[in-house]
Order: sequence, then C-alpha cells, then structure tokens
Amino acid sequence: MNKSTRSYKGQKALSNFFVNLTLIIICVIWLVPTLGIFITSFRNSEDIFKTGWWTVFPHKAFIKTGEINIDPAVDVNGPITIEGVTHTFEEWRAGVVMPDGSQMTWYGNKRTRLVETQALKWQWFETTLSLDNYKNVLTGKEIHFKDGSGQEITRKGNDLSSAFLNSIAVAVPATVIPILIACFAAYGFAWMNFPGRKLLFTMVVALLVVPLQIALVPILQDYTRLNLNGTFLAVWLAHTGFGLPLAIYLLFNYINQLPRDILESAFIDGASHFTIFTNLILPLSFPALASFAIFQFLWVWNDYLVALVFLGDKNRVITSALAALVGEKGQDWHLLTSGAFISMLLPLAVFFALQRYFVRGLLAGSVKG
Amino acid sequence: MQQSLKDSGGIGSWLATNLGRLLVSIIVPAITFVVLWQGFIFLRDSQSPQLIIVLVAILWGVGGVAVLFAVSNWFVERLPSEWVHRLQPFVFVGPGVAILCWFLAIPVVRTLILSFQGPAGTGFVGVDNYIYAFTDRIMLETFRNNLLWMIFGTFFCVGLGLIIAVLADRSRYESIYKAIIFMPMAISFVGAGVIWKFIYSYKGEGSGISEIGLLNAIVLALGGTSQPWLAQPPWNNFLLMIIMVWLQTGFAMVIISSAIKGIPAELLEAARIDGATEFQLFFGIIIPTIQGTLLTVSTTIIIFSLKLFDIVRVMTGGNNGTNVIANEFYLERFTYGNAGRASAIAIILLIAVVPVMIYNLRQFRESRAF
Repeated sequence: MNKSTRSYKGQKALSNFFVNLTLIIICVIWLVPTLGIFITSFRNSEDIFKTGWWTVFPHKAFIKTGEINIDPAVDVNGPITIEGVTHTFEEWRAGVVMPDGSQMTWYGNKRTRLVETQALKWQWFETTLSLDNYKNVLTGKEIHFKDGSGQEITRKGNDLSSAFLNSIAVAVPATVIPILIACFAAYGFAWMNFPGRKLLFTMVVALLVVPLQIALVPILQDYTRLNLNGTFLAVWLAHTGFGLPLAIYLLFNYINQLPRDILESAFIDGASHFTIFTNLILPLSFPALASFAIFQFLWVWNDYLVALVFLGDKNRVITSALAALVGEKGQDWHLLTSGAFISMLLPLAVFFALQRYFVRGLLAGSVKG
Repeated sequence: MQQSLKDSGGIGSWLATNLGRLLVSIIVPAITFVVLWQGFIFLRDSQSPQLIIVLVAILWGVGGVAVLFAVSNWFVERLPSEWVHRLQPFVFVGPGVAILCWFLAIPVVRTLILSFQGPAGTGFVGVDNYIYAFTDRIMLETFRNNLLWMIFGTFFCVGLGLIIAVLADRSRYESIYKAIIFMPMAISFVGAGVIWKFIYSYKGEGSGISEIGLLNAIVLALGGTSQPWLAQPPWNNFLLMIIMVWLQTGFAMVIISSAIKGIPAELLEAARIDGATEFQLFFGIIIPTIQGTLLTVSTTIIIFSLKLFDIVRVMTGGNNGTNVIANEFYLERFTYGNAGRASAIAIILLIAVVPVMIYNLRQFRESRAF
C-alpha cells in the first residue's frame, strides 16, 4: 500500500516535471522573438549589422590577437601558405582554424595582404548598449549612424514621436466614443420599449462578423465628398462603426442581466432614464466597460488597415509609420527594432496592467467581425 | 408645465415662460453646435504644436459625443411626457443605429452595386468583376493561400492552444505560462511583422558576412546554407503563418482553458479511478466536453485568417506567391484604382462569412434575449 502510493507520487512528480519542461520550452520559443528585437534595439548600429543579437550573451568567439603581413612576393591568386598551412584565398578569407586551435582570417580584399590571428576565447557581456536607436527613430530630424563597415550614414528620421502622439489622438477617442454610444444603445435595447427594437438588434447581431472591407470603398467615397479624409474625426467614426456591433452586443448582454428591481425602484423615486443611466448603469457596468475598452483600445492602436485607408500619410499613426519604415529602411534593424518596441510599449503596458478584464472581454465575445 | 401655470397665474407670464423655454431649447443646441463646429475647424486647420492638437482632439472627440447625448436628451425631456416616452429611446439607440447603418449595413448594398460597375464606379459591367475574381491567376492564387491560412493557420493555433491549455492546467505556474503565451495578443501585426522579419532576415553568402537572422543562424549552425526564406514559395506562406500562430495561439488557449476549467473535477476523478490513462481522459472526456468551444474558437480564427491583411502587407507585400484576398482587395482599390473589382472581392469576403452570420442569428433567436 505504502509502496504503491509512493510510486504513484513518483509518477506524478515525473509527469509534473515533463509538463513543466514542455511548457518552459514553449514559453522560451514564444519569448525569443520579442527578446531578440528588445536586445537589438539597444545595440550599436555597427554591431547589429555585423553580428546576431545573441552574441550579447556570454559565448566563445574568435577574438583578434594579432596581425600578420603577407610578403608582397607571395602570389595571392594561387594557394597561399601561412605558417605551414596552405589554402586558397577564399578559404583564408572565410577563416582557417590552425593546428594550434587559433584562427587565421584574411582581412578585406586581396590587396590588403593582412591576416588577423584570432584565438577562441570566452566573451562575456562586452557589447555596449545605449538608447541611441530610440533617439534616432523618434526624431524627425537628420540622424547619423554607422553601418557594418563603420561608415557614417546620414538619413532623415522617421519621426515616430509624432506618430506616437497621433496614435494616442486616434486611439483614445476611438475607444471612448464607441463605448459611450454602445452603452446608450445597449441600455435602450435592454430597458426601453420602442417600435423596431427587435429588428434593430437583429441587425446588430447580423453585423457582428461583417468584414470591414465591405465598407471601405463606399465610406471612402463619402469621406472624399465630405472632405474628411486624413482627419482624426474620419478615423474615430470608422473605428466606432466597425467596433459598435461587438460593443453593443457585449454591453447589451451585460446590462440586460442587471436586476430589474434597480430600475423599477429608481423609476418610483422619479428618476428619468438619463439619470438612471448615468448614475446607476454606467457605474454598475464598469467591468463590462473595462473589458470592451481594453479590447477596443488594443484593436485601434494595433490597427493598420483603417489608418492606412482613412488617414494616409497625413497624421500618420504608429503602425503606418512603422510599416513605412519597413518599406524605406528595411535593413536598418537598429531603427526597425527600436521602432517596433516603441509601438508595442503602450499596448503591452495596458495589457499587463488590465489582463484580467481583457480575458473577460475575450471570453464574453469571441466573434468579432 | 402645470406647475409653472399655477405659479405664474397670468396668461402673459405663461407665454413669457414658455417662450423663454422655447428660446432656451433652441439656443442650447445651437451653442453646442457652434462650439463643436469651431473645434472641428480648429483641428482641421490649426498649425499649433502637435501636443496641443492631440489634447484638443481627445477633448473634442470624447467630450463632443457626451455633450451631444446630454443636449439631445435635455431637449427631448423638455417635451410633453408622451413625446418623451416616444422619442427618448431613439436618443439612446439612435446614434448607434445610425452609425451602424452608415458604416456597415448600407455599405453592404452600396458595395454590392459597385461590384457590378466599372473601375471608377460608373458604367454597368455586369458580372465582369466576378468573372475576373474567379478566373484571374492572381486571384486564384489568393484563394489558394487564404485556404492554406484557414486550414493550417487555424489548425496550429487551436491545436497548440489546446495542448498548452491542457498542460498548463496541471502546472502550479499556470498563470505565468499563460501570460507569456498570451502576450503577443497585445502586439500589432505590423510590430509582429518586424519581429519576424528580423528572424527570417537573410544577408546572403559571401565572406565576412554573418547572418543576423535567427533562423539562418540556426540553419548555418546545423551545417546548412542560409536561405532568403520569404522569397521561396510555397514555404514562405507557412513562415508567415507561424507569425499568426505566434500571435493567436494565446487567444485560443485562454478560451479553451476556461472551458477546461468548466469540466467537473468529479468527472475526471471518476475516470481516473476507473483506470483511464491521461490520453483516454483527453480524447474521451476533455475533447468531447469542450467541442463547442473548439468550434467557436476555430470559427473566430478562420474568419480572422480570411480577412488577414497586415502580416502579408508588411512582410512580403503579397509578392513571391504569398498574396491573400484582403491584400488583393487593397491593391485593386488603392494601387490599381479599380473600385469595381475591389468591391467584388469585398462581396466575396462577405459571402464567405454568411454561414457564420446565419449561425449567430439562429443562436440569438434561440437565446430568447427579447
């Protein structure tokens, strides 16, 4: 009896160990991509061009210990013998491991006649980290950085700081406005009686999964006619329109199940619908409002298509600015990584601070169109 | 109203108070309108520092909507009580319904009409746009790719989400694991595009160059040769799918996890006592109990893959055989300026989600919320 319990426990501990091991491996895989750009964003541009971000961790690498000048008499087009070892130029340039464990690498082209001797050594945390990349990507002025060969390059900055502000100007109202409108509508559907109530709510449900592509062409026509293209109002309205079905649906489900007695006793006290709404329903619905607010905020902040179509290059938001950066400077990883991280900063903060509400919102309505 | 009549006494003063009311009822909305209009003009034309514009924009946008509700309600509550009853619901529901109609309901019809018209929205061309959509080589490629996304993308998201949810359920550190897997949900597709483009980056063969992309570095370390990953069809599609799996598995996991938590513990205990293995538990009890949730999650991710745009746009621009429907929609409308074809593509997207729409409506009718 005792023995079997122990083996059962042992088995359980073993399976627990494997469960945790598997999960840790998956979590590491999940974290590495973000870790990669996080580390890269702090490295010098010159280092980024030359070596992978993982080299900031302690590792063994060939480190330069000295130089050898090759005699001008040696023919560099044939096999070259250095310290008794013979290889072609291409092989020397790629690096040759010598019998004593050191490495010889030809530096530059054939004319340099310079060979570096390198020894395999442990390298600790020797990379210099700085905030330069962030400064460069945030400013709209001229920026200077060094490429892989140490050459200084001058470019025009992409002004992510202004894109960040624009994103705030888009995301805050585009979160609050639909919530306000949806909350009023949800109250109306739940607790007021009017002709067409059921039909209109059926429309809300039907529109839940309608892809927003359906609206882009006609709405763009309207905006052109109203001269609204490129304004914040245009994007707020668009995000409100596309977010409303889910917002009304979620908030209706919540407000509809609040106890009816509250409403009745408030009416007896002579309160109007509007006072009941502002003084009772809004505070009571806080959890549902918070859930949807996070949902909508992340959606709007991370949105690219709507901003691209209705804002264009005027009042560029952070996602558009980052996408433009990918297009213009696709190999400048020091700018791309820091830019990507700036774009992730606010949503990640909101997400980790209010994760509980976010999960609740997801569970309540996993059918967003 | 009766109250005021009693207080004032004379017909003249009754008229005066009501005229006053009438005036106030007109003046208040008028002032509101003027203030909001001034705000709009300021935002459109101002050259002020950006920070000020942003602050004004937020105040104007958020405050404006709140004030509009308050004023229109205030206006309606001035009316005789039967009219209040009749009109107040529309003050509450009206703005929402109006915006829904403008931005989603009516565009369905307008896009449908546009889809039978030529490039500039003029001239009836019959079903030409649809014939194009179903026969053009590029369009067929987008259909194939979207199908790949919908099948494999969804399968891996839901499968991984399920595995992680089940495993995490048995661990003491469940919340940490889940937070890590869930974290990418907060990252934009554009941001995720940059993250993964860095992983797939390729410098090419040559001396003195070391690969800075993780994937190529791993391949080199294992003795292979580095590849321009994103330029190689059809595998580049799967590399793009990995991004979606990375982003969306957390979503599947959270929802599946909450469904698993809903399975009665006694049920699982009873099966364990009867000698069921963990695999039997998984396939015999867990899967059948949560199959409704699995269906919902899969549907959501399928719809999501159908409309996928940002990842492809940022990573490849739809080149090298990675084009998808939503990107082709964007290209038709904004690069080639063909509103008719773009509309036809949008209608095809809509038709693809109609079964889900019908399912939602049926569920709604059965729920008897009304």
